[in-house]
Amino acid sequence: MKRAAFGQIGFPILLLIPQLVIIAIFFYWPAGYAIQSSFYLQDPFGFGSTYVGLENYSRLTTSRTYLSSFWFTVIFTTLVTFFSLAIALLLAVKADKVIRGAKTYRTLLMWVYAIAPPVAGLMGVMLFDQSRGNITQVLANFGYDYRLGVNYWDTAAAMITVSIWKQIPVNFIFFLSGLQAIPKSVREAALIDNASGTSRFWDITFPLLAPTGFFLLIINITYALFDTFGIVDTIVKGEPGNNPMTLVYRVFVDGFRGGDLGGSSAQSVVLMVLVLILTVVQFRFLERRIHYT
Amino acid sequence: MADLTESRIEAQSATRPAKRIKWDQIGDHAILIAGALLMLVPVFMIFASSSWDDITLHREGLQFGFSDDMANNYNAALFEYGGFTDSVNGVTMLANSLILGIGFAIGKIIVGMMAAYAIVYFRLKFATLAFWMIFTTLLLPLEVRILPSYEVITWMNLGNTYTGLIVPLIASATATFFFRQFFMSVPEELIEAARIDGAGPVKFFIDILVPLSQTMIAAMFIIMFVFGWNQYLWPTLITTDESLFTLVRGIRQIMQAYADGSSTPEYGEAAALAIIAMTPPVLVVVFFQSWFVKGLTESDK
Repeated sequence: MKRAAFGQIGFPILLLIPQLVIIAIFFYWPAGYAIQSSFYLQDPFGFGSTYVGLENYSRLTTSRTYLSSFWFTVIFTTLVTFFSLAIALLLAVKADKVIRGAKTYRTLLMWVYAIAPPVAGLMGVMLFDQSRGNITQVLANFGYDYRLGVNYWDTAAAMITVSIWKQIPVNFIFFLSGLQAIPKSVREAALIDNASGTSRFWDITFPLLAPTGFFLLIINITYALFDTFGIVDTIVKGEPGNNPMTLVYRVFVDGFRGGDLGGSSAQSVVLMVLVLILTVVQFRFLERRIHYT
Repeated sequence: MADLTESRIEAQSATRPAKRIKWDQIGDHAILIAGALLMLVPVFMIFASSSWDDITLHREGLQFGFSDDMANNYNAALFEYGGFTDSVNGVTMLANSLILGIGFAIGKIIVGMMAAYAIVYFRLKFATLAFWMIFTTLLLPLEVRILPSYEVITWMNLGNTYTGLIVPLIASATATFFFRQFFMSVPEELIEAARIDGAGPVKFFIDILVPLSQTMIAAMFIIMFVFGWNQYLWPTLITTDESLFTLVRGIRQIMQAYADGSSTPEYGEAAALAIIAMTPPVLVVVFFQSWFVKGLTESDK
């Protein structure tokens, strides 16, 4: 709040009303509804619902399909986060270093940001298609029989590859702006003290980039968990069957295809808790960062 | 930035023999070119393939060269009616995507700026509570509460309407938070001076704060336009009426046609539609790059 703030009461409340009404109706109500439904079992024919306590949750812990989605999501998130961060960091360091063409490289490396996940997924389907996909054919030349949508891990590989590809631009933009924020004096001092580019990177640049990196870690985990929905949906062509699924995709499949409101809501609540944990971790870290610098 | 690079040139040429720099630089460029190709080639292949007929694409996969079916495919993608009820073509979907992208961006900016102004510039006890209520929405993305959100929309009879499509997406606080950060950084003297000159809250907002925020508004608009345009899950659920389909939503129809596998899928048309769906947001991001980068790196922090 500003020191010389205005004193009116009515006007600011008027300004706040649209935002508060929208979040009350489209955020708090559905979120509360999800928590509530997670304790109820919906009658499959629509005749009301019965309170079942934690049964929906305990059902999750024993459901083989849910657990397999859970482990797939862990693997998926780890691989997507690691590779998209690593590739983006390498490219950002190089783009920060080169003098000629720096702007052109920046444009060429970031524009994919604007492509929608399902469009990226469609491209993935065409490239990895079981019989005529270009990548499938390359793999066939190496003697590997790639089967998208049939072999579990083949399908998973396509999802992971497309998700990494789609996420590189965001990470690249943040790493590059993080690198450019490193003060000139620090760079020069490092250059005088140490001629080896590799050790200069690991001793000076990398630690200074750590806050950006940590922030991006959270962003990437959130991306892999939630924003990859369009990629997963297009790659399984809307027909998941026995294909790998992320947890968010399962919320959708169980809720809308299976009509299991209680189970789907319990899954939503599990994801909410996961996001809350991530946020708390992020805040604690940010606090510490402000404290020490 | 300019003097930074200059000094780096000097520093590098001062400490290193000329020949090593060259090899170093070639390596750097090689990595960057490889990265750029990784980003470009798949999209280029889709673009090239959008000029081929379905049978070639069906038999040989995506193409690297161009053929002469381009006009045909784009014509089909834009003007041919498709889907189950034959009530949608590419132009309709393009218009819907624009409505969603622009409507979402404008709505979010207006609602966010108003709320941020109230929180930052008024002595309001209720402000802290309001801020935390708004801020909490950053925690849970729509995907997490998708089924209950859908039930709420259906209950309100907003399915298959632009309101139902756009307004729920506005229920997160990214823009509010972004403008709050910016307003906090605006010098205190401005409001003091304005108050001495007798400007009320409305006049201060319209004559001083909004013009001052122009760059921020532009940056936010670009981010939000791309975000709205690229929405997939929510439009998929909320629009079952084909005349409300967006381009990105239309991709799902293509995938389902593939899954059916009854006839030769219209690959050429699908590639053309993918290109049409990605062109507007890509152009916006490329042309307004500096605003876009500013909006992205400052809104998420």
